[in-house]
Amino acid sequence: MKISSTKRYETLRERMGNGDMDRRSFMALLGYAGIAAGVAGGSMTALSRHAMAAGTDIYFEGWGGVVSEALRKHAFDPYTAKSGNKVIDSAFGGESEVLTKIKAAGSIDGHNMLHSSGVSWYQRWVDNGYGSELNEANIPNMVNVMDAIIKPFRAITPNSLSAVPYDYGTTGIAYNTKYVSKEEAEALGANLLLKKELKGKIGGWGGDWANRAWYGALQSDQDPNNIKDWDAVWEKAREHRGLIVKYWESGAELMDLLAKEEIYVTEAWSGRVAALQAQGHPIGYLDPKNGLAWMESMFVLKGSPMADAEELLNFMLAPETALAVAEGQKYPSSLDPNKIAMSDVIKGLPAFDPTGKLEGLVFRDPTTWNPVEKAQKKQWNRLKKGA
Amino acid sequence: MSPALVTITLLVVVPMSLILIYSFYINIDLGVDRPAFSFENWSELFTDNYYHVAIWKTFRLSVIVTVLAALLGYIPAYFIANTTYKHKWLLLLLLILPFWVSFIIRTLSWIHIMGNQGAINGVLLWLGVIDEPLQMMFNEFAVIVGFIHVFLPYMILNVYVSLEGVDRNLVPAARTLGCSPWQAFREVTLPLSLPGLAAGSLLVFVLTAGSYVTPLILGGPNDFLYGNLIYDAILSELNWPMGATLSFTLLVLLGLVVVLYSRIMGMNQLYKAFG
Repeated sequence: MKISSTKRYETLRERMGNGDMDRRSFMALLGYAGIAAGVAGGSMTALSRHAMAAGTDIYFEGWGGVVSEALRKHAFDPYTAKSGNKVIDSAFGGESEVLTKIKAAGSIDGHNMLHSSGVSWYQRWVDNGYGSELNEANIPNMVNVMDAIIKPFRAITPNSLSAVPYDYGTTGIAYNTKYVSKEEAEALGANLLLKKELKGKIGGWGGDWANRAWYGALQSDQDPNNIKDWDAVWEKAREHRGLIVKYWESGAELMDLLAKEEIYVTEAWSGRVAALQAQGHPIGYLDPKNGLAWMESMFVLKGSPMADAEELLNFMLAPETALAVAEGQKYPSSLDPNKIAMSDVIKGLPAFDPTGKLEGLVFRDPTTWNPVEKAQKKQWNRLKKGA
Repeated sequence: MSPALVTITLLVVVPMSLILIYSFYINIDLGVDRPAFSFENWSELFTDNYYHVAIWKTFRLSVIVTVLAALLGYIPAYFIANTTYKHKWLLLLLLILPFWVSFIIRTLSWIHIMGNQGAINGVLLWLGVIDEPLQMMFNEFAVIVGFIHVFLPYMILNVYVSLEGVDRNLVPAARTLGCSPWQAFREVTLPLSLPGLAAGSLLVFVLTAGSYVTPLILGGPNDFLYGNLIYDAILSELNWPMGATLSFTLLVLLGLVVVLYSRIMGMNQLYKAFG
């Protein structure tokens, strides 16, 4: 005769109440029952998941907020509907967080594709042995991607790519137009972040040492891709620290601080500012001379289901998908405007390059930035805390 | 070997031993470590004032939060324990209710309360009490408020459990012997509820000292705890050996607090408080 777990528990409890069993035995049996239920339940859950999902699960991690919303709405959900594969997307605090998790776990379980930032991180993933080998024949839409944006990635892995470049943007200066005029912002350039009269109303990105150093270089009249005097760079960062109310840590926090007028001026990501402007906030955006530009890629980790990942990437690079995502996340697409007609919305985005050659934008040169990262990042983390 | 010992060995001793071993490794580059038996990280920890300042700031803030939580938590705990309201479970449920909301969301909510465009400034501006918003956010005050908000239920529950265990006849007995209500509280209720108060304080202290997210969200550039240094070492600098050194040190320091507690209160008081 089969009896249910509840019945078995009640029988046990009754026996204990009658004194047929001591408490220790009762608890032990209950524990074993729990373990049995857990094991059975776990495997059943896994089996049911397997049964429910006929396709493959692809784990994606990105920057959250409007960026993730755009990807979900215009890329992942339509792809799932079309292919049956499920894209499980989540937000990370930064790629170092993912690298830490993967290293700690010793496997890429739960991590397949990343919205990776810049060529520096591409290099780091490859150097750490996580670079996959994409079969570009399975991604025919790659043909529409700008050569100029692929080139730096191919320079690192000439034989095969581990990622497809997907978008680009700039980290310029956002300012509240109620308190700072466009003329003043343009006149001060990077030094707007050091305006003493705005003390307590200035913000800064705390999450990236290189961003702070880039602006420190601009403020100390140095070429950011050829910094000679690091002390001068950090001196400017100290000066900036003395004026700020807060270092923000995420795009969502940046938008919140600007929208609620907790800060009037900060360096900011172009797409997030465009999103604020679209919401009607009085936020201006300035790309100072030699301002920081960056490109983002969709990086596939080694060990991921490659055929499915390539299918997803191809779907994401299809012009109708890529342009919808670009409009949603407010970052220009990596597609070549000479090959694919861009909408007026995309043409109006900050950082958009109509030539498709990206020659007007200054990107971080990994050959000069990566070698100093270990030492200078540590310096920044200390400086940020007042040391 | 008892199941408890096996569990503690597997879940605490083994992982912490691995962390200790890792602390002797050498970080060559970001995310690249070399197995070694080097005291480099420990030497840096002991000689660099940067870490000592963080430890001081952490313990100072943890004491402040603990004291304030004890003062603020005792009152509702006393009320819940002594109320004649027949649905006392509802009060306890309300106490636990915040745990159903994400810790991050609860912390972020303070921006909407104390921010420039938050509820407090909105009301004060509307009433004409102030001309421009008060700066209540992104400073130590906001961090303390955030900590107390999150950890206060731990204090209240511990004190409540302790007060519930106090014999109901003792206070009336003290009163019949001539004690004033305040004297009866001071001489009878308070001493008997001390185990709960101490257990709650220990929990709040340890939880505060191990935090790093609250200062990130609510604090300004000067508001950081030792946990933020661990976060930097592991997640930003990808320097696991240094992160392991810092983590193990925090464990030892908080372990010392528990030892100190057991010396003063006795561990049996902790068991009592936790029921």
